[in-house]
Amino acid sequence: MTDHAIAAGQPQRINLLKVLGPAHVWALGVGIVLVGEFMGWNFSVGKGGALGSLIACWVIGLLYTCVAMIDSEVTSTVAAAGGQYAQAKHIIGPLMAFNVGLYLVMAYTMLEAADALVVGDLLAAVAGTETFNTQPWVVLTIAVLAFLNYRGVFMTLTVNFIITAAAFISLVVLFVGTQPWNPGAVLQHRELLTDLPYGWIGVIAAFHFGIWYYLGIEGTCQAAEEVRSPGRSLPLGTMSGMITLLIAASITWYAASGLLPWEYLGQAFTPMYDSAVVTGSDFLKVFLAIGTVLSAVASANGCINDAARAWFSMGRDRYVPLWFGAVHPRYRTPFRSILILIPIAISFAFTGLLDQVITFSILSGLLGYTFMPINMILFRRKWPLNSIRRGYVHPFHPIPALVLLALCIATYFAVFLGYGNQLLAMMAFYIGASLWFAFHRYKYVRRGDQFTMSWPKPQGY
Amino acid sequence: MARRYEPPRQSGIGQFIDSIFIVALVYAAMFLPLIFGLTGGGTVTNVPETVTWESLGQNPTMAAQWEKLGYTPESAAEIISTRFDYTIDPVWFIITALVIGGYFVFVVRYSDKEYREVISERFE
Repeated sequence: MTDHAIAAGQPQRINLLKVLGPAHVWALGVGIVLVGEFMGWNFSVGKGGALGSLIACWVIGLLYTCVAMIDSEVTSTVAAAGGQYAQAKHIIGPLMAFNVGLYLVMAYTMLEAADALVVGDLLAAVAGTETFNTQPWVVLTIAVLAFLNYRGVFMTLTVNFIITAAAFISLVVLFVGTQPWNPGAVLQHRELLTDLPYGWIGVIAAFHFGIWYYLGIEGTCQAAEEVRSPGRSLPLGTMSGMITLLIAASITWYAASGLLPWEYLGQAFTPMYDSAVVTGSDFLKVFLAIGTVLSAVASANGCINDAARAWFSMGRDRYVPLWFGAVHPRYRTPFRSILILIPIAISFAFTGLLDQVITFSILSGLLGYTFMPINMILFRRKWPLNSIRRGYVHPFHPIPALVLLALCIATYFAVFLGYGNQLLAMMAFYIGASLWFAFHRYKYVRRGDQFTMSWPKPQGY
Repeated sequence: MARRYEPPRQSGIGQFIDSIFIVALVYAAMFLPLIFGLTGGGTVTNVPETVTWESLGQNPTMAAQWEKLGYTPESAAEIISTRFDYTIDPVWFIITALVIGGYFVFVVRYSDKEYREVISERFE
């Protein structure tokens, strides 16, 4: 069968290959997020000071705990490919699902742009010349990774596993190299840590980039269709990923805040490389340069994978043109969905505005987290406990949903502080896209095909 | 039994136009505000008249770290003196809150209308 025939919507469907294990799931989740420890998290220092950033790291950690609790119940029950997108289709409805799919696509595409931007910027820092042109490196990074994704998910995520592990090791090496057991020798927390420069409103403002410590870990469930044993691999890969990230976030904050003045840290593009520079160790400098590039490459790699799969799922369901729902006849990858998002990622990377590109990614993620409590409350209302078989039932409902909703509202306020116009620009995009879907695109969608679970009819319908 | 909805077949040109629309929306709503400087950190910069590490509020350890990064007081002054402006404009705050709240209300309510069609076709 040719890909043309597949795209034309023939009934015979080529499925994605089931080749992934827990290590690949770990690599997909941590690979996307770990770059957040190498860049981006430090903008929270700029918004609220070093201690404000640490408090934001903890509070946003609570937000992700609620995300993990809610997602565990819904993901373990909605055994359909597509992660949160499939959940929205089954629990809330098509327009919400379309938006959730877009949240995933935009969050990962903007993160991919930020990754490529950092690779270019780090090479410029290493080259040490003002005239260094970063743009060819941005294009090269995205093009090579897109090619890997085009060729096959197994090779892509195997590469990701290796480079993610190497990047994580570089953070540990930096931490050990700063002799944390000997305060004052290398780390200078006593002299560098200041009071909260903006008071407590700065702490709330820091929630904005505090999201960056963890953003994307929930992307592990995007690979559900390609995992050999989802019931075992997805929870194992996700939970080991969260533990890895908590360790990495602690190491990162402690090392960087003990080496760099907060004003510098709050605006740096490559804070961990800069931390290595001030230690005076050439070994650490080289190691962290390599670690930063590897983390950015691993993240961009995972982002291309996840964004393309979300777009592909929407194409298969006709939420976007069916042409994107094609699987490559030889490589069994969503090749058209991979290619369409590349120009967008490159364009945003070319702007060089790292904090703003990151903010677009954060806002899409935040909209997705706001969907989760609504989804959870409706899920329990439409299918109460014992009405369907759940893989996991999270305790204390609806407290986690309400806490998550409250933290999301606080984080919108945090983004409004300093980035209010960008928040409205992002909302303009989602409102425009929603109107397009509701009043034009939805007519191409098969109604009954949107519900594939073998559940009873939801209560109230 | 409810009649099964059969969607129209979309032409290749129709699919192309739809693809272009969504990409154009990304550029119009997000990219143009970015490159025209309409978004980004709302900051103010107040560099002191006399620029020294002391006047910039940097102690000797901080100054030493700046110097290891290749900065002088003059080259670091703008970075150190730039602060976010967290003054809240109540009108913009209310507009932003209404936009986000209104968006979610519309999406959830309209989704429910579509969802009833899905459930009707799937279960009846």
